[in-house]
Amino acid sequence: MGLLSGKATCNTHGQDSSYFLGWQEYEKNPYDEVQNPTGIIQMGLAENQLSFDLLESWLDRNPDAAGFKRDGQSIFRELALFQDYHGLPAFKKALVEFMSEIRGNKVTFDTSKIVLTAGATSANETLMFCLAEPGEAFLLPTPYYPGFDRDLKWRTGVEIVPIQCTSLNGFQITEMALEEAYQLAQKRHLKVKGVLVTNPSNPLGTTMSRNELNLLVNFITEKNIHLISDEIYSGTVFSSPGFVSIMEILKDRNCENTEVWNRVHIVYSLSKDLGLPGFRVGAIYSNDDTVVAAATKMSSFGLVSSQTQYLLSALLSDKKFAQNYISENKKRLKQRHRKLVSGLEKAGISCLKSNAGLFCWVDMRHLLSSNTFEAEMELWKKIVYDVKLNISPGSSCHCTEPGWFRVCFANMSEDTLKLSMQRLKAFVDSITTTLHNQSNHQSIKNSRRRSFTKWVFRLSFDDPMTGER
Amino acid sequence: MAFALSNQVQLLSKIAAGNGHGEDSPYFDGWKAFESDPYHPTKNPNGVIQMGLAENLLCHELVEDWLMNNPKASICSAEGLNEFKGIAIFQDYHGLPEFRNAVAKFMGKVRGNRITFDPDRIVMSGGATGAHETVAFCLADPGDAFLVPTPYYPGFDRDLRWRTGVQLVPVVCDSSNDFKVTMEALEAAYEKAQESNIRIKGVLITNPSNPLGTFLDRETLKDIVSFINEKNIHLVCDEIYAATVFTKEPSFVSIAEIIDQDIACNRNLIHIVYSLSKDMGFPGFRVGIIYSYNDQVVSCARKMSSFGLVSSQTQHLIATMLSDDQFVEKFIAESAKRIAERHKAFTWGLSQVGIGCLKSNAGLFLWMDLHHLLKEQTYEAEMALWRVIINEVKLNVSPGSSFHCPNPGWFRVCFANMDDRTMEIALSRITSFMLKNVEAKVPNKKKLCWQRSLRLSMSSRRMDDFMASPCMSPQSPLVQART
Repeated sequence: MGLLSGKATCNTHGQDSSYFLGWQEYEKNPYDEVQNPTGIIQMGLAENQLSFDLLESWLDRNPDAAGFKRDGQSIFRELALFQDYHGLPAFKKALVEFMSEIRGNKVTFDTSKIVLTAGATSANETLMFCLAEPGEAFLLPTPYYPGFDRDLKWRTGVEIVPIQCTSLNGFQITEMALEEAYQLAQKRHLKVKGVLVTNPSNPLGTTMSRNELNLLVNFITEKNIHLISDEIYSGTVFSSPGFVSIMEILKDRNCENTEVWNRVHIVYSLSKDLGLPGFRVGAIYSNDDTVVAAATKMSSFGLVSSQTQYLLSALLSDKKFAQNYISENKKRLKQRHRKLVSGLEKAGISCLKSNAGLFCWVDMRHLLSSNTFEAEMELWKKIVYDVKLNISPGSSCHCTEPGWFRVCFANMSEDTLKLSMQRLKAFVDSITTTLHNQSNHQSIKNSRRRSFTKWVFRLSFDDPMTGER
Repeated sequence: MAFALSNQVQLLSKIAAGNGHGEDSPYFDGWKAFESDPYHPTKNPNGVIQMGLAENLLCHELVEDWLMNNPKASICSAEGLNEFKGIAIFQDYHGLPEFRNAVAKFMGKVRGNRITFDPDRIVMSGGATGAHETVAFCLADPGDAFLVPTPYYPGFDRDLRWRTGVQLVPVVCDSSNDFKVTMEALEAAYEKAQESNIRIKGVLITNPSNPLGTFLDRETLKDIVSFINEKNIHLVCDEIYAATVFTKEPSFVSIAEIIDQDIACNRNLIHIVYSLSKDMGFPGFRVGIIYSYNDQVVSCARKMSSFGLVSSQTQHLIATMLSDDQFVEKFIAESAKRIAERHKAFTWGLSQVGIGCLKSNAGLFLWMDLHHLLKEQTYEAEMALWRVIINEVKLNVSPGSSFHCPNPGWFRVCFANMDDRTMEIALSRITSFMLKNVEAKVPNKKKLCWQRSLRLSMSSRRMDDFMASPCMSPQSPLVQART
């Protein structure tokens, strides 16, 4: 018999994906302004580093919060012992009010319905454990965050069936795409338990329209299934149209006392909006008491450190700070986004019009030697190894059209962003000439055809770390 | 309404709708009783005293002093602020190198520096709770099983089984030989599982033991290692109470030491679970550790740790604190001393009223023998006695049945989660209760062979004397302690 479990020996963790391999290449040769100016610039990490100074100055003015003190008195013991999975009440209150503030106070949240988890990673996995059996499926619009393959499927045994979205309509979800996905699941004998969307979208950087949200509510009502709305980027919406939360739609449709109310769940985290991924602060918000009860117990496997809960409860309870942070953060994101977009334009590259997120969905289809994923991989490798930019290929996000890339803009200084755009322009200038002179054929390195219907495009780099194929 | 409910229940997974979380167990009922009427010295002096929570509060002021003198440990203080950004964005599942180094060093110190730990084998988890679940996911498939000696920590039923689908098969250890783990019991449990077509993937031991407070001797550990090697199954050692060992002789032996000396052992089968929740008293900080000698498990567990990483803010604090060698050595020594004192005081206080405990030299609790107070030797009688203890004596203690103890009448009583005054009050409540009931329940003075490890004494010392004197010396001529 195998010494280890099936989960330990398979690769459903998804870390053979190019998304993670790009990170590894970056780590081997990371850009540093002084120490390694020709290194790889990290543009594959959706981090928000634009507003740390705001956090730092708050901390400077509020030493108690970090020093395990309340009103000058030590509360170390209380915090060190606090392991109640219901979470620190002051923190939950501050968190739900912050979530409400982000939504322009158009919706309010109830502290009894929120469950704290170790990051959104844990929140999403926990919801799968609560809502689906092994072998059942959730529908996800493509392109989607590569981490979902691990978070939703690995240890839960749940399947993902894609809702195909295309550039024909800006990758928006359509009724037809929803139906087709559902039918596809049926054909694969997979019971669909729900739909999971990320709103604002990763990797698109767009907010979902009211129309799409209403379509979703109609769909889940008709099929009697769940809807999970991962709103981790809700605080990064920097221009119009504004953010419309699923809760707002339900409220507008007077769904409060209907069955569908209990089947909508929100996932949140402070990793993107506040730029604190290291602190592992995630949350599940559900109107279903059983889900809240089960998820609360499951949170034992990944509680938020009480030290962190206390610090953030103080930070977020400072309403003036929170409001100022939200608006200043948006301003800076908008500015940075504009810089990336104009830098890309100078290189003759366009991107999907977006109003949120920490990245742009960039269209490099015209730079492909052929309209294939092999060509996308070839282009990607050139960009990583030659241009020295780690960006994420669309195939790693399960995009059905080759040639799209996710490029992050909020995790570096303005100078570094400028440099990255200069490198890109130089690259595009050089290959545009070559492309015009060459014919369309390129030798495909791997003679085996890769199937487009595979949900995860795996690159089999020989990685000694994983030790398995 | 019924249709809607059942329809709704079908919408959720079996895991969510069922009770595999194990919280309907009496272990948690006592907590609930405490929560509805918690003792407080001034606000609620007649409330329930919590003795069902294995927490270590004895050395917190040492940590508080250290924190005051080391503001850099907090990334948010003026001194540490320049590190804030780097730490706040650090979500690498390898963990901060300084954190892993500090934890590895601490683990070595706790074991008297008899063994060193490799920081690259240290994997983070959401407390030991997260560690156990992750190890189960790595080592076993749904339906597979682990052998666990009884009595064992009730949380294992949830941690190892709930979301993983793994089973637990008890290895019956009972009071006839002080609950020692024997090869016969292991073999018997293994055979029984084979006969029922249950695939055993490993053995899980907690050493030092919860709830017994004892630790395994070197010979037993070596025998267990031979057993698992012979069957080619895993050994998971939960050493979460390693620093709560308060005796020097006999000395605690970690599985790491056994492996170090035994070249024949297949190291790919050996895994340690650890945490700072008990040794340092930091359950709120969720610092769990998986330490495996199997490279594949380290790699897999590390990927899974994404589901329960330690907050980088906390990693930084722990790294700074545990790198302070002087502080760590002082803490370990002082903590053991205080646990020993508390243990002694409590066992003595119980012995004064004829209550014996399993002889122990570790842990934050006592394994108390109240079987002589049972109306009959059944679990129903144990539950009845437990309800009396909660409702009349106003103490939350944990009934042995919740630990899967094969003999009714045993209770786990925690002593390190309260101050001296509260302990005295708890003892006085026990004393009053026993005095009221002493006629019906005086233990037989004749020493039965299974009582040889129990300290039973009928001191003639008056209750007032006991209550008045804060220091309870076991050297007192009035005490007739038997070991």
